[in-house]
Amino acid sequence: MADLPDATTCYELLARMSLIRRFEEEAGRQYQRAKAGGFLHLAIGEEATIVGTTSVMRDEDFLIGSYRTHGHAIARGTEPQRVMAELFGRVDGTSGGRGGSMHIFDVEKRFMGGYGIVGGNLPLAAGLGLASQYKGEDAVTVCMFGDGASNTGNFGETMNLAALWKLPVLFLVENNLYGMGTAVERHSAQTDLSKKAEGYGIPGTRADGMDVVAVRENVAEGIRAAREEDRPTLLEVVTYRYRGHSAADPEVYREREEVEEWREKDPIETFARRCVEAGVLGEREVQQARDAAEAAASAAVEFAEASPEPPLDTMYENLYALTDPGGWYAVDERSPEPHRGEHEGQMPDAARELAEAGAAYAEQADEGQRPNPALQGDAQDGAESRISADREAGDEAEDLG
Amino acid sequence: MAELRMREALRDAMAEEMRRDEGVFVMGEDVAVFQGAFKVTEGLLDEFGERRVRDTPISENTIVGTGVGAAMGGLRPVVELMTVNFSLLALDQIVNHAAAIPYMFNGQAKVPMVIRMPGGGGHQLGPTHSHSFEALYLQVPGLLVACPSTPADGKALLKAAIRDDNPVIFIEHESLYGVKGEVPESEDEVLRFGEAAVRREGGDVTIVGVLKMAQVAEQAAAKLTEDHGVEAEVIDPRTLRPLDLDTILESVRKTNRAVIVEEGWPHGGVGANLATLITEQAFDHLDAPVQRVTGADVHMPYSKRLEQAAIPHEEHVVKAALATLEGAI
Repeated sequence: MADLPDATTCYELLARMSLIRRFEEEAGRQYQRAKAGGFLHLAIGEEATIVGTTSVMRDEDFLIGSYRTHGHAIARGTEPQRVMAELFGRVDGTSGGRGGSMHIFDVEKRFMGGYGIVGGNLPLAAGLGLASQYKGEDAVTVCMFGDGASNTGNFGETMNLAALWKLPVLFLVENNLYGMGTAVERHSAQTDLSKKAEGYGIPGTRADGMDVVAVRENVAEGIRAAREEDRPTLLEVVTYRYRGHSAADPEVYREREEVEEWREKDPIETFARRCVEAGVLGEREVQQARDAAEAAASAAVEFAEASPEPPLDTMYENLYALTDPGGWYAVDERSPEPHRGEHEGQMPDAARELAEAGAAYAEQADEGQRPNPALQGDAQDGAESRISADREAGDEAEDLG
Repeated sequence: MAELRMREALRDAMAEEMRRDEGVFVMGEDVAVFQGAFKVTEGLLDEFGERRVRDTPISENTIVGTGVGAAMGGLRPVVELMTVNFSLLALDQIVNHAAAIPYMFNGQAKVPMVIRMPGGGGHQLGPTHSHSFEALYLQVPGLLVACPSTPADGKALLKAAIRDDNPVIFIEHESLYGVKGEVPESEDEVLRFGEAAVRREGGDVTIVGVLKMAQVAEQAAAKLTEDHGVEAEVIDPRTLRPLDLDTILESVRKTNRAVIVEEGWPHGGVGANLATLITEQAFDHLDAPVQRVTGADVHMPYSKRLEQAAIPHEEHVVKAALATLEGAI
């Protein structure tokens, strides 16, 4: 087992993991309250993978992830309250309410996005790596994606290109054993995912994703290879998510016992215990990390609740970047008059009227129980309420843990 | 002025912008050593070297995605997809990433890139190598769409596209690469997107021709004058997003008649869209229903006879123009 880092680092790792855990639990609860919409993918159980990775990255490095990246942004330093506000679809969200849970982004922290298309971020990572290499900059790109993404065409294409062009990218597959509801041995012919890039000349290693120290060491080596040798590598980190694929997941594909077994290896509890046993941290500090996480998660919800809804006249903003000398960009053909606004954010009256009429329907959304988007239209069979009840039970179990 | 072929004009545009801005680079299948499947990137590797002129594997989605990432990282990639047909393999990166990223991240990232792709029929390349996808890309918010028909426009639009901070779908027509035209020699000749060209003035009927069909429309207009004494006004929109609807509407208000000519499929085509806009916004000025001339609603057949039967020609445009004038002449 790898050695523990110094006490300050250990506390920081524990605090960050605890924060993500509490944030995600709170996000799940807000989803049940219908405060967060759409699909919600929680990373509870995967905290060591996330924090272990970001803890050895430099500020100048890029991180790019998948659709399960609330924690990744937070680990990079994005304020949790801005992530929560994004889940609420509010103006103070990381994307001003445009992206939602699957599309968190924070350019200042060089968190280059969550992406809703599985495997869609892999070529983007190659491009970010190319930009750094082209400009002669030192930055390394860390690209995180799930086990399911290792089956996409983008995986093979990007591994080949990255190896061919010697791009400074660490590809990190967060293997949580399921591509949505399909177990890894049912979706990948090669279940040792670290081997999947060997044919492209990209060496792979495998690490225990429940051990934050192991993740750190392996990621640090991958980053070193990228930074010092312009060599892409593949790191498979084996982890587990306690919750369903999304909050709309009935989890028919796995046994509760399996989840319980993995909870025994909980990345936060095991790390806290180890730090205490080694005398690096005291019980008081462990509690302090928990309390801080609790406070931040509550504050995040308060902040998100207070943040305003996006004004309708911002609907077209940032659809196009304004170039100088500028072109002009037609906004929306539903407007009866031709308009050539010099500012693409200008909203013609007709478009505004349409937006206002549409937005009025948002007011009719039910408070309280969230309908399951995966079962829209199936409400009569009771499936929604059954799953919601399961989720509620899950929430309570989480609270006890 | 210099007389250049379209392919040379496009090459010059890239070379000039690469000299002007170190962040501009070219990548795509066979663009470097082979100098482009249609020789549009001829000479670029020699002048700029492998760092800036990059051959890629045949991996369209990743080629475009790498371009998107590089653009987000501060570069200005000019990506060549060998043909528009292959751009279907990159649709995810074009639509879900290049076009969506600036909006879905609320302006925190820009995607200043150009995706060049030649297409169109007429070379007996059959069903998978003859597409016209102007309408497909026109539909996507966040993209700009250029479709030049002359070497001068090709050069000036490509330079503008490279300098623009938005992702640009730059559609070229394979049959136009060899066409010669006068091109201004000034390196500052940049065409603003959203400015149509009136290729020929006339008061009887407005003909809008897209990409190669702008040239077919001009030929048809000449024939209309010669054979029928009809004076057609020919408009080449040059960019479809943004679209210079004002110039088109102004013309329709004068001629009271409109014909739209495109090579692509009829359903949901550029013509369908433009006919709707004209009907919505100039209905009171119309003396006849708007006519569309499009490619046939089939996968492009290989047989030369069938292929020519599926592509719009001068004769089709003349007929459509005359149809709008029925009873008037």
